[in-house]
Amino acid sequence: MAGSGKAHLRPADEVLIQVEDLVVEFPAAKKRTVKAVSGISLDVKAGETLGLVGESGCGKSTVARSLIQLPPPKSGSVVVNGVELTDLSEQGVRPHRTQLQMIFQDPISSLNPRRRVADIVAEPLRVWGPHGEEEQIEIVDRMLHAVGLDPEVARDKRPHEFSGGQCQRISIARSLVLGPKVLICDEPVSALDVSVQAQILNLLRDLKAEYGLTLVFIAHDLAVVKNVSDLVAVMYLGKLCEVAEPDDLYANAAHPYTSLLLESIPEPDPAAIIDETVDLVGEVPSSIDPPSGCRFRTRCSHATEKCANEEPQMREVSAGHHVACHHPLVAVAG
Amino acid sequence: MGGSEILRVEDLHTSFFLPIGELQAVRGVSFSLKRGRSLGIVGESGSGKTVLARSIMCLNLGSNVKTSGSAFFDGRDLLALSRREMRRLWGTEIAMIFQDPMTSLNPMVKIGRQVIEHLRQHKNVNRREAKQTALDLLNEVRIPEAESRIDRLPHELSGGMRQRVSIASALACEPSLLFADEPTTALDVTVQHQILNLLSREQRQRNMTMVMVTHDLGVIAGRTDDTLVMYAGKVVEQASTDEIFEKTQHPYTEALMRSIPRTSQASHTPLAAITGRPPVATHLPAGCAFSLRCPYVQPKCHEEDPPLVSIGTSGHKSACWYPVGSDANREAFERNLSDRLPQTLAVAESLGADQSPGIPADLPDGGIA
Repeated sequence: MAGSGKAHLRPADEVLIQVEDLVVEFPAAKKRTVKAVSGISLDVKAGETLGLVGESGCGKSTVARSLIQLPPPKSGSVVVNGVELTDLSEQGVRPHRTQLQMIFQDPISSLNPRRRVADIVAEPLRVWGPHGEEEQIEIVDRMLHAVGLDPEVARDKRPHEFSGGQCQRISIARSLVLGPKVLICDEPVSALDVSVQAQILNLLRDLKAEYGLTLVFIAHDLAVVKNVSDLVAVMYLGKLCEVAEPDDLYANAAHPYTSLLLESIPEPDPAAIIDETVDLVGEVPSSIDPPSGCRFRTRCSHATEKCANEEPQMREVSAGHHVACHHPLVAVAG
Repeated sequence: MGGSEILRVEDLHTSFFLPIGELQAVRGVSFSLKRGRSLGIVGESGSGKTVLARSIMCLNLGSNVKTSGSAFFDGRDLLALSRREMRRLWGTEIAMIFQDPMTSLNPMVKIGRQVIEHLRQHKNVNRREAKQTALDLLNEVRIPEAESRIDRLPHELSGGMRQRVSIASALACEPSLLFADEPTTALDVTVQHQILNLLSREQRQRNMTMVMVTHDLGVIAGRTDDTLVMYAGKVVEQASTDEIFEKTQHPYTEALMRSIPRTSQASHTPLAAITGRPPVATHLPAGCAFSLRCPYVQPKCHEEDPPLVSIGTSGHKSACWYPVGSDANREAFERNLSDRLPQTLAVAESLGADQSPGIPADLPDGGIA
């Protein structure tokens, strides 16, 4: 898979976020490096929801964190709203983070257990806001109300008095008080129960429309990603496999890895055909020593010698559908 | 089918006595299971599904736990057995696989030894035979290069490989009943698929009875013969897995199915979320535990807890006064809609986005959209 290339990028003047050749590495024991993200290029239009999917360790969270420069990437460029964030100093990035807010997987551990909900939600305003005390309270109440909590009840409570779903609502309220343009959601529903998951997904959809947000939505659940996204990017071992609109991607997967992922989804339908031959297709190799060429080749049934020697580049298979594979599962247009 | 009964659970209750009061985790569960069948127990966190499995296994330890009722395994009541007698059954007759293979395997012991441990304990085999059996088992659960991995420690293996080891260990003494408690929840989707396939195959080949506990309807669809749906410590619906999906009776099961996103739906399909949240097991509402969230709720639901009763002849059971698809259910829905009950409006809205409001005539029996 996975390859590099930028064929899928759209003109720079149409997009809000543009990431090019992003490389993030972490030091590992014995002077080795973990190649978490190796040359990823992505873009997101204003008002769009980009879904990032992949298995654990594929680098999807690292990509999200690189957007807010936590930590700054080893190389590559991250342009948000026309500003090149990688050129800025630690201090210089901070004001831009008000426009790029993030919510995390575990809502309970992302809230300070010793603070009251009103203080948690007001904290960004205290740091950045020009607002007076009273105005802050008003904004906090409005935000709590927007995420479906009763400000009168919630304001003076502490996080442990809320369920996981409610805590996720509180962290969404906190992320939105500064009126950000972009909300990065890192597995926002995977710690929640199914019945609560739908509430949070619907809430994010409503808030996105109301506040004109652009979302970067990371999840390992392909059904969730399909539901929320306008554009889906499939990642594997620090590389991109395939980028397409969700309906197109799920109907006409061009990358063997996307196809494997889709076949693996446990569909809640007894009539769905379970492919029991998908038995030992191996596991994700180490990102310390990733395979040469296409990184997916060690698990791919279509792999040839070319895949070992040459890294596939992103190319268009049909309008708006890009894949990085030497042997895509669909015919290449043109 | 038609095999002999291997497990019969009758009126099982488990409570934890906490400083804040009695937490009724399991409130009167009864079911029976035939040899060679597989059963899925589905529910959200806190529904009591894991406590139920652990109660049958007699694994709930502590002085503040009280279990009553009975669980007959091959005619013997497990809940009446002594610790010593139970120990003889664990691993040999009944085995369990847990959610997190990192914590269920001993981090300091080589995987080969963890697999042969109870072989040596329970069966009269010498070291060499036991090692050969372990190797065969590791090969059977498709651990590549088992010969070289047999002397590895758990942390040297990936999550999927570790779960394969714990499956091999559970299968070592050829148990006739296997509990799998969320065996794939900690795993990636491609690995989950492999592990589920492995479990299905082993279950069939060994004619083993399996109970799969999960929160994910997708994990049991097409994989288990029968399904129990649990809510707040009770079984609310029980049927063959196909019927659970195709002839859903209980409003909770229906709501659960509507709220999960599916890849078969177009992108941006609105989800029919269940309003509210599961009740706290120390403070259960009077009557039906789902009544506060149910779109079909009627005054009777707040007063009397519906019993689990058979519907039709296929063994389909449901605990609801107004089961989905019945005329009473349809009337209840329309009544609530005209009373503008929030949860009913929410359901009507998400289902009938393209229908004019007020004409929900055929909505409630829509089953799974």
